Amino acid sequence: MLSKEEVQHIAKLSRLGLKEKEIEKFQKELSKILDYIEKLKEVDVSNITPTSHSLAALNVSRQDMPDVLASEKIKKITDQAPASREGYFKVKPVRN
Amino acid sequence: MKISDFTIKDIHKGLKKKEFSAVELAENYFDKIKKEDKKISSFLTLTQDLALSEAKEIDRLLSKGQEIPLLAGVPAAVKDNILVEGVKCTAGSKILENYTAPYDATVIKKIKEQGAIILGKTNLDEFAMGSSTENSAFGPTKNPHDPSRVPGGSSGGSAAALAANFCAFALGSDTGGSIRQPASFCGVLGLKPTYGAVSRYGLMSFASSLDQIGPFAKTIDDCRLIFDIIKGKDEKDSTSVELKALDRGSQISNLRIGLPKEYFIKGTDAEVEKIIKEAIGKYEATGAKIEEISLPHTQYALPAYYIIAPAEASANLARYDGIKYGFSANNQTKDLLAVYFESRGKGFGSEVRRRIMLGTYSLSAGYYDAYYLRAQKVRTKIKEDFAKAFEKVDVILSPVSPTPAFKIGEKTDDPLLMYLSDIFTIAVNLAGLPAISFPVGKAGKLPVGLQIIAKPFEEDTIFETAKLLEKK
Repeated sequence: MLSKEEVQHIAKLSRLGLKEKEIEKFQKELSKILDYIEKLKEVDVSNITPTSHSLAALNVSRQDMPDVLASEKIKKITDQAPASREGYFKVKPVRN
Repeated sequence: MKISDFTIKDIHKGLKKKEFSAVELAENYFDKIKKEDKKISSFLTLTQDLALSEAKEIDRLLSKGQEIPLLAGVPAAVKDNILVEGVKCTAGSKILENYTAPYDATVIKKIKEQGAIILGKTNLDEFAMGSSTENSAFGPTKNPHDPSRVPGGSSGGSAAALAANFCAFALGSDTGGSIRQPASFCGVLGLKPTYGAVSRYGLMSFASSLDQIGPFAKTIDDCRLIFDIIKGKDEKDSTSVELKALDRGSQISNLRIGLPKEYFIKGTDAEVEKIIKEAIGKYEATGAKIEEISLPHTQYALPAYYIIAPAEASANLARYDGIKYGFSANNQTKDLLAVYFESRGKGFGSEVRRRIMLGTYSLSAGYYDAYYLRAQKVRTKIKEDFAKAFEKVDVILSPVSPTPAFKIGEKTDDPLLMYLSDIFTIAVNLAGLPAISFPVGKAGKLPVGLQIIAKPFEEDTIFETAKLLEKK
């Protein structure tokens, strides 16, 4: 069973704001799911290569050249931000 | 024949013979949607202006006696996690409630090139996370066969729209069963292509190693037509692969079918079992060899998926931070960290937050090896199970779901119970294989789908196998 502190820690790492009453609900639900996942411990995984990609794939690369977007395209993108200026996204100060 | 019962082939013929115009056709579909979608709620956005201007263009080509492309004038519904330029794209989430797509997904570009008429964007579980479309921030979609029941998920809107004849085909996405399960619940065909067969460029990512876009259609020919148009290597999606056409024509007559014993278990609805067994009987009658096989790691597919998919989702959904687009708490707080917490806390629904947290936990320091790495190793074993089985058989058959469509609200209190609805579809995504849900009967008034799984890039084998039953 995950503790309340663990749930709060995970929420903080995920940058998810949880309401006080939600913490207990997620605590119960996540714990139940993690209990079910314990099943994976039954498998003998010694000497097995993990699969991160289901098909054998080679690294696909391209030239390291930027795509120059038309200014109208840039505007379409930045206009959707809550705060932008001259084609840049505006953010609040990043503090230590 | 009612205009809304048309297949893609019917429409192509009808337009060429001038039995109706593309504009008439589109208007007919919109009329039907406006009258009947109130009961179903399959669409989130209708794109009437876009559709009518595209239809006018098709009519112009026809009036000049010019050749029209394969999908000319054919009305399509698109799941709302696939970008259509200039059209709202919400992912079924409050966090993107007012987001407008700045570009077309590659699959959209391709169907537009073939003249398809996009009628609108369909409802889905938020960010494709769910098995019932009940996780949509904009309300659930109802199953056209029984509006008290779910259409399945996460591509419930697309499946329902097609089943209700609101379009001639639809596009969805499948990460753990999200095309196949709603196809089964709604009585339409739904194909999940081989991982890499269809470009994911313009699909809002959920789990990058599992997601695939695929077609919903009424017939095998229609399904194959759409698949052939949307498939192909795309330089914008590094995981996409060019398919080499396989000439399997003659081999399908000596079809070897595998029935995995782990997929024919207690807990499957008796009616579903009966219908699937009947379908298998029909295959036997065609001369196909039926063989029991084993996929020994089947019971570990669901737990492995519920580590891998949420882990990948936690990374893919990090971009929804209230900075570049979407719902933002930017004006409500002076603190950057608070912008993240508030935007995401308020913008994401419960299931999305649950999965992001699950993913973050399993990737975090101290837990990565025990959870994520272990799940990826179990994934290898699951892949190997299928590879071994495919040495002896050409296709693997199973039910798509242990039950037909369940009632709205039936599973919403228990996330784990909801996850178990994907028990037969999920291993296929982990192994990257192609699979279809093909309607084979009804339990009362509720449709039941048969799952046909094939080797990587053998979608043609799936189509040929399904065709054997379609004739009957």
